[in-house]
Amino acid sequence: MRFYALLVYLFLYIPIGIIVLFSFNAGRHASELQGFSIKWFGIALSNPFVMEALKTSLIVAGTTALLSSIMGTMAALGLQNVRGIVRMIFDSLIYIAIMIPGIVFGIATLVALATALDFINPMLKNIWPIILGEAPRLKLGLISIISAHTLWTTALATVIIRARVQGMDRSLIEASIDLYATPWRTFYQVTLPQIFPGILAAALLNFTLSFDDFIIAFFVAGGRTTLPIYVFASIRRGITPEINAIATMMLIVSLTLLFTSQGLLRKRK
Amino acid sequence: MAKKSSSYVTTLLLAPMAIWMTALLILPILVVLVYSFGELAEMGGYKPAFTLAQYANLPARLTAFKNTLVLAPAGTLAAFLIAYPLAYYLARTVEPRRRMILLTLVIVPFWTSFLIRTYAWMFILGGRGIPALLEFIGIEGVRLLNTPTAVLIGIVYGYLPLMVFPIFVSLEKVDESLLEASNDLGASPVRTFLQVTLPLSLPGVATACMIVFILLMGEFLIPALLGGGKVFFIGNALVDLFLQSRNWPFGSAVAITLVVVMLVIVSLYMRMIFKPGKTQDVSMI
Repeated sequence: MRFYALLVYLFLYIPIGIIVLFSFNAGRHASELQGFSIKWFGIALSNPFVMEALKTSLIVAGTTALLSSIMGTMAALGLQNVRGIVRMIFDSLIYIAIMIPGIVFGIATLVALATALDFINPMLKNIWPIILGEAPRLKLGLISIISAHTLWTTALATVIIRARVQGMDRSLIEASIDLYATPWRTFYQVTLPQIFPGILAAALLNFTLSFDDFIIAFFVAGGRTTLPIYVFASIRRGITPEINAIATMMLIVSLTLLFTSQGLLRKRK
Repeated sequence: MAKKSSSYVTTLLLAPMAIWMTALLILPILVVLVYSFGELAEMGGYKPAFTLAQYANLPARLTAFKNTLVLAPAGTLAAFLIAYPLAYYLARTVEPRRRMILLTLVIVPFWTSFLIRTYAWMFILGGRGIPALLEFIGIEGVRLLNTPTAVLIGIVYGYLPLMVFPIFVSLEKVDESLLEASNDLGASPVRTFLQVTLPLSLPGVATACMIVFILLMGEFLIPALLGGGKVFFIGNALVDLFLQSRNWPFGSAVAITLVVVMLVIVSLYMRMIFKPGKTQDVSMI
C-alpha cells in the first residue's frame, strides 16, 4: 500500500521535476542535459515578447482576483439572507459555473462580446464627434479576458467566502446592530475582519487560476498574448530550454500563491 | 435594520454576480442556441436563418465526438482505478497528522498550470524521452507521442488530483464502528471492503467521476499537445470552428450538442446521488 502510494506520488511529481531540472540545462537543446546554468532564465526574462505577455497576464490575473473577490464577497453576504427559489437558482448557478469546462466560458464570452461589439461599433461611429477624429473600434483584448476570467472565478470565490461567512460569529453582528452601528460600519468593523482571510485566500486562488488559464484566454484574447498563450504558441514551434525556464517560473508563482492562501484558510479556523 | 431596507441591500449584494452571469454566460448560451439554427455567412460568421442543417452536419465531426466519447470515459476509468487505492490509503491507513500533508501533496499539482503539466509529458513521451530509454534497453521503434495512449496518460496525469479528493472525503466519512461490526460478525477484510466500505464510498466515486468526465468533454490542451492533431476531441473541433475556420453556426451546433450531453450526464448523476434528505458537499481545495 505504501509502495503504491509512493509510486503515485512519483508519477505526480516526476514530470514537474523534469521540467524544473531541464530549465537549469546549460545546453542549447531542450532535452539533453549539458551541465548546470541559469542562463535560460536570463534569456527568457530579457525576451520582450515574454515580458509583454507576462505583463498582460499579471494585469489580467490581478484585476480578475480583485473583481471576483469583491463580487464573491457581495454574493456570499447576500446569499445569507435569501431562501427558497432565489437561493436555489443561485446555488445551481454557482454549481454549474464551477463544474462546466473552461471552453464553454470561452465560447460564451466570445459570442457575447463579439455580438455586443457588432452592435456598439457602428453606433459609436455614428455618435462619435467629428472633431475627435476617427471613431475608435472596440475589439477583443484585455477587457474581454478579464470579463471572462471574472465570470469563471466568481463562483469559486463565493463558495470559499461563504464557508467563512457561515462560520462567522453572528452574535457579534447582532451586538453591533444593538449598539446602533450603521450597517456599513457593522460590515466594515465586524463582518469584514472576520471573513477577510477567506476573501484573501479566494483572491489568491483566483489569481492563480487566471494566471495559469489558457483555454478561456485563447478564445477571447483577440490579439493579446497572455503568458500561457505565449507558451502554447512556442511549444507549437518547438521545445526550447527557454520554455522550461518560463514554465519553472510559472510553477513558482502558482505554488507560492497556493501555499499562502492555504495558510490563510487554515489560520483561525 | 428594517425588513424592507435589508431586502434592498440583499438585492444590491446579489446583483453584480447575477448580472455578470446573465450577460456573459446564460444569454450567450441562448445566443449560441440561436446561432446553431443559422447559416454560415459568405464572409464567415452568422447569417440568420432557421435550419437544422448544422445539426445534420454533425457527422462531419464524428471523429472528434468518437474520440471524446471513447477516451473521456476510458480516461475517467483509468484515473479512478489509480485514484481509489490512493484515496483509501490516505483515508483509512495513514495517521491524521501525516494525512493532511499527503493529501495536500496530491492536490498541489492541480493548482499548477495545466499547460505546463501537459507540456511535461510531451517532453517525457517525445523522441528523446521514454522511447530513447526503451531503445537503450533494446526495444526499438516505440512511438508514444501523438497516439491515443499519450492522450490517455495525459488525462490520468492531469485529472488524478481531482479524482482522489472527493473519494478521499467519502472514505474518510465512513463510520469506523460499521467496519468493526462487520469484522466482529466474522466478515473477512475483503468482504468488509466489498460490502461496507465500497458501497459507502460510492457517492464520492460518482462525484469524482462526473467532475472529471464533464471537464474531459471540453478538453482541448491534452489532445492538442499529446495527440498532435491525430487524436482530437470536441474541444479541438470547437477551437477550430470558432477561431480558425470561423464557422460559428456549425461551431454553435457542436457546442450545444456538447452542453446537452453534459446536462444529461449531470441530471442522471443528480438523480442517482442526491436522494431526498441527503446532501453532498465537496470542496475543491
